[in-house]
Amino acid sequence: MEQEPAIAVDRLVKVYKTTRAVDGISFALESGSITGLLGGNGAGKTTTIAMILGLVLPTSGSARVLGAEMPGQRYQVLHRMNFESPYIDMPHRLTVRENLTVFGRLYAVEDLAGRIAQIAQELDLAEFLDRATGKLSAGQKTRVALAKALINSPEVLLLDEPTASLDPDTADWVRTHLERYREERGATVLLASHNMAEVERLCERVIIMKRGRIEDDDTPARLLARYGRETLEDVFLDVARGRGEAAREAAQ
Amino acid sequence: MSRPAAQALTLSSHRVGAMVLRYLYLLRSSWSRVLELIYWPAVQLLVWGFLQFYIAQNSGFFARAGGVFIGAVMMWDILFRGQLGFSISFLEEMWSRNLGNLMISPLRPIEFVAALMIMSIVRLAIGMLPVTLIAIAFFGFNIYGLGLALAAFFMNLILTSWSVGVVVSGVVMRNGMGAESLAWTMMFLIMPVICVYYPVGVLPHWLQYVAWALPPTYVFEGMRALILDGRFRADLMIAAFALNAAYFAVSVVVFLQLLKSARRNGSLLQSGE
Repeated sequence: MEQEPAIAVDRLVKVYKTTRAVDGISFALESGSITGLLGGNGAGKTTTIAMILGLVLPTSGSARVLGAEMPGQRYQVLHRMNFESPYIDMPHRLTVRENLTVFGRLYAVEDLAGRIAQIAQELDLAEFLDRATGKLSAGQKTRVALAKALINSPEVLLLDEPTASLDPDTADWVRTHLERYREERGATVLLASHNMAEVERLCERVIIMKRGRIEDDDTPARLLARYGRETLEDVFLDVARGRGEAAREAAQ
Repeated sequence: MSRPAAQALTLSSHRVGAMVLRYLYLLRSSWSRVLELIYWPAVQLLVWGFLQFYIAQNSGFFARAGGVFIGAVMMWDILFRGQLGFSISFLEEMWSRNLGNLMISPLRPIEFVAALMIMSIVRLAIGMLPVTLIAIAFFGFNIYGLGLALAAFFMNLILTSWSVGVVVSGVVMRNGMGAESLAWTMMFLIMPVICVYYPVGVLPHWLQYVAWALPPTYVFEGMRALILDGRFRADLMIAAFALNAAYFAVSVVVFLQLLKSARRNGSLLQSGE
């Protein structure tokens, strides 16, 4: 029997008043895969992720996660997924331990104290656990946000620009941890990013979005070959600047 | 009821407890938040208490009506601070840009509302308990002397405060922080009509219909009846409770509709204006 995709998006549309933020996109992500959602500002990446999370109601089409229709059946699966984004925060006055305790309880994590200790060790947070979250540096806050996103050991992890505004060392550290988590947990990861190097390194599949539509969808190697480019950044620029078709024809 | 709606109304004490813990952590970390809970009720009580002292010395009616003003001040504070306690706990999530995290967690809307209700009582207790002691010490007014009537008054006022708090939170969630001022002003909109400091009879006849449509009016009338005439008006409390039950149910439906509208408009990932 064919395994159901971890995430299945079918003809998904989101219209805000007169703007078509997402315009009829479809894709399915296999369980345990890591996929990059690439696109410029306003391409519809965040709206797509928000609809997969059940935070935004689709205008039409459907988004299913682990077999559950979002947002209608979200409470069947929310405890099995999680999300991290630099655009949402955690209470600044609470210490890291308090924040992780609150979210661990919301996700009904068993042996919560043990899980917090484990995740603090993995993410190198032990020395900050009793410090107010708001007093941490940007890199430390990102690690705390990642700890929150991993507190329930999610089967499906959605990340919206997880390394935005981080220095290269911290960003590399975060990517390494995400790779390790995905391998060990067998989790399905969907990663929206502007960072081409990040997507190239982490993702086995790349979905390129532009103006709410999917412009291309393939493995990084096949995308590079198809556009005759050396880096995903060049592929992205071809697509973003409307040279995609010409680049593909030239490569052929 | 549809399955998603039924799921949204499922309640887990574990998750409600997690949210209450979140707000207690916040209060514990911020002495200014705790001080603010006590500061205004105490100042208001002292001003009105001393005013009543002064008037009582110059008016036969007010001399007989000892405690009416002080009682009204305290009851008004239960109503206003109860709503504020609810709304501010909600606003803390907006201020800290944490709403998105909560909305993608297994926390149900009804559990979120339950946690905010519990926190409104906790915040009210922190603010009002010292004030009740000040009232005894300075003015000889013991609100606990009202006995079971106090429980009826409190229950009705806190139910109204929750109804207003639920709607205000829903509007802020749907429309962003531009609607934040509603949290501080909404209750003052009904203040003239619910007759906190004067009987319903002083209102124009047509406005009295509006007054009797609002549950707090029954509480303030009931309090005056108890203090001035020594009569507990159970009929007023029952009518207030019936109205409160209806208003609270409506407010929860409105909140769920505003949440749905926020999902439609994509406002749950934003917390700005």
